[in-house]
Amino acid sequence: MRLDVVGLHCTRGYRSLFSELAFTLEAGQLLLVEGHNGSGKTTLLKTLAGLREPDAGQVLWEQQQPIVWLGHSNGIKDDLTALENLQMMQVMAGADSLLRRDAKSCISTLERMGLAGNGHRFPRHFSAGMKRRLALCRLLLSSACLWILDEPQAALDKAGIQLFEALLAEHLAQGGSAIMTSHHHVGLQGSHIQRLLLAA
Amino acid sequence: MHIAKAFLSVLKRDVTVAFRHRNEIFNPLLFFSLVTLLFPLGIGPSPKLLQTIAPGILWVAALLAALLAADNLFRSDYEDGTLEQLVLSPQPLSLMVTAKVLAHWLVSAVPLLLLTPLLAVSFGLDAPTIGVALLTLLLGTPVLSFVGAIGVALTVSLKRSGMLLALLVLPLYVPVLIFGSNAIDTAASGLPVNGQLYLLAAMLVLAVTLAPLAIAAALKMSVSQ
Amino acid sequence: MNSNASHVNSVAMKNPGFFTRWFHRMASPVWFYQISGKLLPWLWVLFAVLLVTGLYGGLVTAPADYQQGDSFRIIYVHVPAAWMSMFVYMVMAVSGAIALIWRMKLAEMVMVSCAPIGAGFTFIALVTGSLWGKPMWGAWWVWDARLTAELILLFLYLGVIGLYSAIEDKRMASRAVAILALVGIVNIPIIHYSVEWWNTLHQGATVTKFDKPSIHIDMLIPLLLMAGAFKVFFAISLLLRTRNELLERELPRQWVKQLVEEKDG
Repeated sequence: MRLDVVGLHCTRGYRSLFSELAFTLEAGQLLLVEGHNGSGKTTLLKTLAGLREPDAGQVLWEQQQPIVWLGHSNGIKDDLTALENLQMMQVMAGADSLLRRDAKSCISTLERMGLAGNGHRFPRHFSAGMKRRLALCRLLLSSACLWILDEPQAALDKAGIQLFEALLAEHLAQGGSAIMTSHHHVGLQGSHIQRLLLAA
Repeated sequence: MHIAKAFLSVLKRDVTVAFRHRNEIFNPLLFFSLVTLLFPLGIGPSPKLLQTIAPGILWVAALLAALLAADNLFRSDYEDGTLEQLVLSPQPLSLMVTAKVLAHWLVSAVPLLLLTPLLAVSFGLDAPTIGVALLTLLLGTPVLSFVGAIGVALTVSLKRSGMLLALLVLPLYVPVLIFGSNAIDTAASGLPVNGQLYLLAAMLVLAVTLAPLAIAAALKMSVSQ
Repeated sequence: MNSNASHVNSVAMKNPGFFTRWFHRMASPVWFYQISGKLLPWLWVLFAVLLVTGLYGGLVTAPADYQQGDSFRIIYVHVPAAWMSMFVYMVMAVSGAIALIWRMKLAEMVMVSCAPIGAGFTFIALVTGSLWGKPMWGAWWVWDARLTAELILLFLYLGVIGLYSAIEDKRMASRAVAILALVGIVNIPIIHYSVEWWNTLHQGATVTKFDKPSIHIDMLIPLLLMAGAFKVFFAISLLLRTRNELLERELPRQWVKQLVEEKDG
């Protein structure tokens, strides 16, 4: 499991955001993408996730595997209950997670994310932080090795951030990898954390 | 097997969302009946005249209702980010899109079909003609949904896309309008309409097989902005 | 094969084939800019020759029509414009397909440049058709199958232009237009035949005066010359538009800056 980025070049409009970007991400590593507003963090993440095409260069991903993507928007439907949203996440996560698709795993996921008892409520009645927690449930429901997260801690409270960091540490310890942007301090330490500064 | 399950899940999800959001079902229905009932007021109540123009009115109203309904096909998914998740999902996008369009057809066009006999009676069409009208709508409205979905997928990332959507989609609706209204017209004069129905069915097959590819490509383009 | 490898989930193709390499060199902007610059003067000359001979043949040497008199002479503009309106859409759809499949930027620009030109030809065909209709049918507009199909075609072109201008990121806009052009090219025959069918059905056996079963050779030769002139004119305006689009998109590149410096100094 390894992600290689070679000579990546992205533009927005006719403006060049970054060029000749190259890095490698191994199993168990975390890449923190940093840079001020407008430096192309979201564009980079979207490109890595495959939502966008680079203007030049390549993103090489060894296995034909799904990823977990979490962008600015939560990707949850306000007109489905929290549990229904989780079931949809399982379906979208792909074939293998369908096998162990059951209501129980959804309920335990909600409990783990601190949303116990909210399973039958509609997210439109949730606070922004609760919605983000619900969106983060997809980290637990997918078996994907690579997480690509854009500002995952946005709107989370202190306990929520701690919860997220615990999930992230667990994922990395199990040999998964992650790429994320963050305005918050990330409380993880170690040599497995790389930083990428985008300066446009 | 998994794909079939995913297909059904998406279908079920979209129908559920539509039912919780009832205006998605009632708006096209209201629009359809309002447009249809404007014509007698504008043209005059002469039964003979109304009978002649009824096929055209029914189909033009169905076309406009389909256009109106199409606009929210991917809109909310685009705004809440579920469209991104759908595009990135390992499930085949063109199939998932087919499920979405099918769900959209079920909630927006099927009610129109149910209302059609009522409107047709008010225009003085007889029972066999109404049957043909229903048949043409049954074959034609899915084509409208699929073709409309291409236009919506192309414009979903734009803020004000209503007029552009009409410009993109209405010219493509022309063949359905021609064969659909003509079939009703022909049936009203007591002639067989097999030819028109076969042509509508052929268009349906073409739309179901090719449109999802275009919709999937267009959605990928739209989420990449 | 940038398109495959660029996606996160796919495996890179390490060795692109000979064809691919040739294809990409041909698509190089600088190469295109230089070659088209050399080609343009020759095309202008060819256009002038074809236009002058075609117009002279059509307006002076060709005999007057025994039924329509001199008013038939508008076919020397109308028919080539109508032919071109379809032809340009085809060029647009083919370059759209190339742009989608091989992600060739030059094909994108060619496609985008086609739309206004095609809309122009379609508009000319419509206007001349209705001008012709006045002496023929006694009305400026008749719901003739071909005119109606041209009108729908004009709306298809306007849709392409509208979509391209509505999407801000021009690379995304090009992709959207490519998809739309392909959808359009599948639909045009269907629209065309359904309109023709609709017309014969509602008007009985109207003889469409646009297609003559036989045409005198003295009338035909100028028509073909005019058709040639229109084709060359299309090539010229396509090259000009594409060069413009190219310069605009490649503005930050070194070769464009050099070009500007040369012009200035």
